[in-house]
Amino acid sequence: MADAPPMFEARDLARHFDVSRPLLQRMVAREGRRTLKAVDGISFDIPKGRTLSLVGESGCGKSTVARLAVGLYTPTAGSVRFDGRDLGAARASADQRRRMQMIFQDPYASLNPRWRVKNIVAEPIRAFGLVTTKAEEEMRVAELLTQVGLSPLDGDKFPHEFSGGQRQRISIARALSSNPEFLVCDEPTSALDVSVQAQILNLMKELQQRLGLTFLFISHNLAVVRQVSDRIGVMYLGRLAELAPAESLFRRPRHPYTRALMEAIPDLEMTGRDRIPVGGEVPSPITPPSGCAFHPRCPLAQDRCKRERPEMKSAGGAMVACHAVEEGRDDAMPMPAIARDAA
Amino acid sequence: MDQAIRRFFDSDLWFSFTRSPVTIVSAIVAAICILGAVFAPWIAPHNPFDLASLNLIDAFKPPAWTEEGAREYVLGTDDQGRDVLSAIMYGARVSLLVGISATVFATLLGVSLGLLAGYLGGAIDSLLMRICDIQLTFPSILVALLVDGVVRAALPREVHADIALFVVIFAIGISEWPKFARTVRGSTLVERNKEYVQAARVIGVPKARIMVSHVLPNVIGPVLVVATLNLGLAILSEATLSFLGVGVPPTQPSLGTLIRIGNDFLFSGEWWITIFPGVALIAMVLSVNLLGDWLRDALNPKLR
Amino acid sequence: MSNAAPLLEVRNLRVEFPTRRGTLVALDDVSFSISPGEVLGVVGESGAGKSMTGAAIIGLLEPPGRIAKGQILLDGRRIDNLRYEQMRRIRGKEIGAIFQDPLTTLNPLYTVGRQLTETMTTHLPIGPAEARRRAIEWLEMVGIPAAAQRIDSYPHEFSGGMRQRVVIALALCAEPRLIVADEPTTALDVSIQAQVIALLKRLAREKGTAMMLVTHDMGVIAETADRVAVMYAGRVAEIGPVREVVKHANHPYSAGLMASIPPLDRRVERLAQIDGAMPRLSAIPRGCAYNPRCPKVFSRCADERPDLLDAGTTRAACWLYALEAPHG
Repeated sequence: MADAPPMFEARDLARHFDVSRPLLQRMVAREGRRTLKAVDGISFDIPKGRTLSLVGESGCGKSTVARLAVGLYTPTAGSVRFDGRDLGAARASADQRRRMQMIFQDPYASLNPRWRVKNIVAEPIRAFGLVTTKAEEEMRVAELLTQVGLSPLDGDKFPHEFSGGQRQRISIARALSSNPEFLVCDEPTSALDVSVQAQILNLMKELQQRLGLTFLFISHNLAVVRQVSDRIGVMYLGRLAELAPAESLFRRPRHPYTRALMEAIPDLEMTGRDRIPVGGEVPSPITPPSGCAFHPRCPLAQDRCKRERPEMKSAGGAMVACHAVEEGRDDAMPMPAIARDAA
Repeated sequence: MDQAIRRFFDSDLWFSFTRSPVTIVSAIVAAICILGAVFAPWIAPHNPFDLASLNLIDAFKPPAWTEEGAREYVLGTDDQGRDVLSAIMYGARVSLLVGISATVFATLLGVSLGLLAGYLGGAIDSLLMRICDIQLTFPSILVALLVDGVVRAALPREVHADIALFVVIFAIGISEWPKFARTVRGSTLVERNKEYVQAARVIGVPKARIMVSHVLPNVIGPVLVVATLNLGLAILSEATLSFLGVGVPPTQPSLGTLIRIGNDFLFSGEWWITIFPGVALIAMVLSVNLLGDWLRDALNPKLR
Repeated sequence: MSNAAPLLEVRNLRVEFPTRRGTLVALDDVSFSISPGEVLGVVGESGAGKSMTGAAIIGLLEPPGRIAKGQILLDGRRIDNLRYEQMRRIRGKEIGAIFQDPLTTLNPLYTVGRQLTETMTTHLPIGPAEARRRAIEWLEMVGIPAAAQRIDSYPHEFSGGMRQRVVIALALCAEPRLIVADEPTTALDVSIQAQVIALLKRLAREKGTAMMLVTHDMGVIAETADRVAVMYAGRVAEIGPVREVVKHANHPYSAGLMASIPPLDRRVERLAQIDGAMPRLSAIPRGCAYNPRCPKVFSRCADERPDLLDAGTTRAACWLYALEAPHG
């Protein structure tokens, strides 16, 4: 296991977008091109059969990473390797493409409203020519629908006849239909109600165990991430702030941003308790702060943080990009309540 | 099939149809115009183009209900003794043929180019949309006149007479495709970023297939509305061209040709020769337009 | 606090939507009250009717929805049958509204200062100069840095979190006695969300304003509300003190809902889930609307619809708490 290449590997991965205004307007306003560094040099890998989650607030670049991982975007810099091969090369072959699939956030936009469910689920089967006869295809679709907790008879219906949770099940059935090994899940439950979210999370965990799937899981919800992940990466403005095994991240968050994020989550256990929220807002990724992007909001920020961008450094089993942690100054910021309670 | 029919009568579309008296009247008028035109050879009282049956003695007969009218010619006759009602039915046939063909041509061209521009984006998009912009700065009748003029100049007279009908259809169609292209491009820009398109891209479905099987079915709704509204316009354009004498050949007079012919006699008192084709044209275009308006409102969830 | 006479009282509210396939009952027999200075949380899943309850109270039900039965009383005065103009005056002065999307509340053509001062001069006996002074104060109070400079900015010049703060200032500046907040933090990131919640809580406490907080986020409710009403399929399933409902819910639905929230403080192998989905308005089951999904269902549940019954710490619409022993 240890010798096998990881299922997924990102090295110094970056994706920049040109968000300049049209040429004429630029000339009138006398301004240059503007670049949005949605993802700006992140590295991680996911061993086979494991789940790595990326968390962060909107604009941190986590959804861009998801799209880079399945080749919907091409990287501006850095590399993505899938099962030891370069992703671009892997995606050129249908046989490799079949092994990766994606589940999307919005169950109302991810299914073509004009297609019957059986055709939606069968699309990857047809695209990869996985079965030879119509009868085989029908059987496979029925099997997939049953596997995600729907009835084979549902295949004849259209997406609008289903609730949000059921649609997400259809999405999962479609993703599974090409027998993938690697699933990228972009906020798969954030559009769902909480009781339905539990259904979908349970289903995904069950499928992972049964089929040995590898997950890249994107979410803004730390509680959800804790339930599904082996490793967690916390992103802030296009970069990883901290990358750690799930349990140690919650037991001992290192990066000041991770701590602030955990402290900000309203929790059922905290009934009636007042908290001191972290001040300020996420800056625009078009004009990120100098040095460490978190320094304007960070209680531990010093001069060095404004000048010098911290690199990911190993810190007690975790990887943390923070000068304060490196210099051993991080004890000045209290642990969030969740970590305190656990200790 | 049976189920499909039942679903139609249970649909919101049918419901909104039954709730709108104006729409029902328009549908009836449009149906009368279309059926009268399509079945003209079988139901018209006379054949105005059968030279053997024409008699100059019957020329300039006023409508049947006037003193000098003959029961045989309900709406009177023209200068050559042709029955005006029959001429209208045959003329509407030509107008409708040109209108529908031109609209179908404009739709096919506009939808294809709009889909390409919207989905592929980039230079193709810019090029196609600039062509649209330029063409939209001219009234479409000018574009049609220009096309017709170029073809006339390029082709010998005899050849032109043979293909005159196609020239008109082409001229009107080419002048109206930008509307379709813009509509489709707009909806395509929205659809192509939806997650179901991304899901197809993840498994590597080719671009052409995504455009045709995923995007097209989801952008076609508004096109139906534009096509219906455009049908009325195309019929009017044809009438205008024919009125100006550059439209369909005089051997196959359309409503526009009839109006032009009748126009010469308007001031000598034979008003019926031009007024009745005019009324028929208005009825046809107005009813089709009202149907298009209703369709637009009924398909727009925001107005419901 | 809850001993005081209620500021808002909703009695047996029923909202109907006439459609061509028959009348849909969106809310049925909804009753609750809010006292001055109290925060009532209203939770439920999408389609449960929580936002519609808020809309009915502020008189902004989307047509063709209409109040078919019941009463809404503000300080003992009926407000459900007022005409549009009268209701509009109450909405500015006595009830403040905060919606999920700040852009629906703010006028993009006016500076935030103008919107604040106009609201105040309309509803309070003060002049423009005083209003402007207070507007700056309000912006400072909701945490907008350099308020004196930013007062003349337009809404689009603020970020999402700042805009929601402006909306809160706008809802509060006429010093209403009741605030109806519909998912005020849903569109915001967690770190901003925490700031906005803390702000709302502080202001309600300081000014003695009553608040109805509609959200699907139990964490927000747990932190902010004094009491909470859990809604299901257009009815109140359970209502009671927030601690009781969150920790020891009596209604099987509220209990299931609380259990299905993923815990932040530990990893569980399998989350508790409620099978199935909430029924559509057109297909609400007979009897208790929750009976097809309920683990504790018995024969009475399928036939008769329970009213809110005393369940000790809370009131729950569930036959388990009927005084006589369940028969059949």
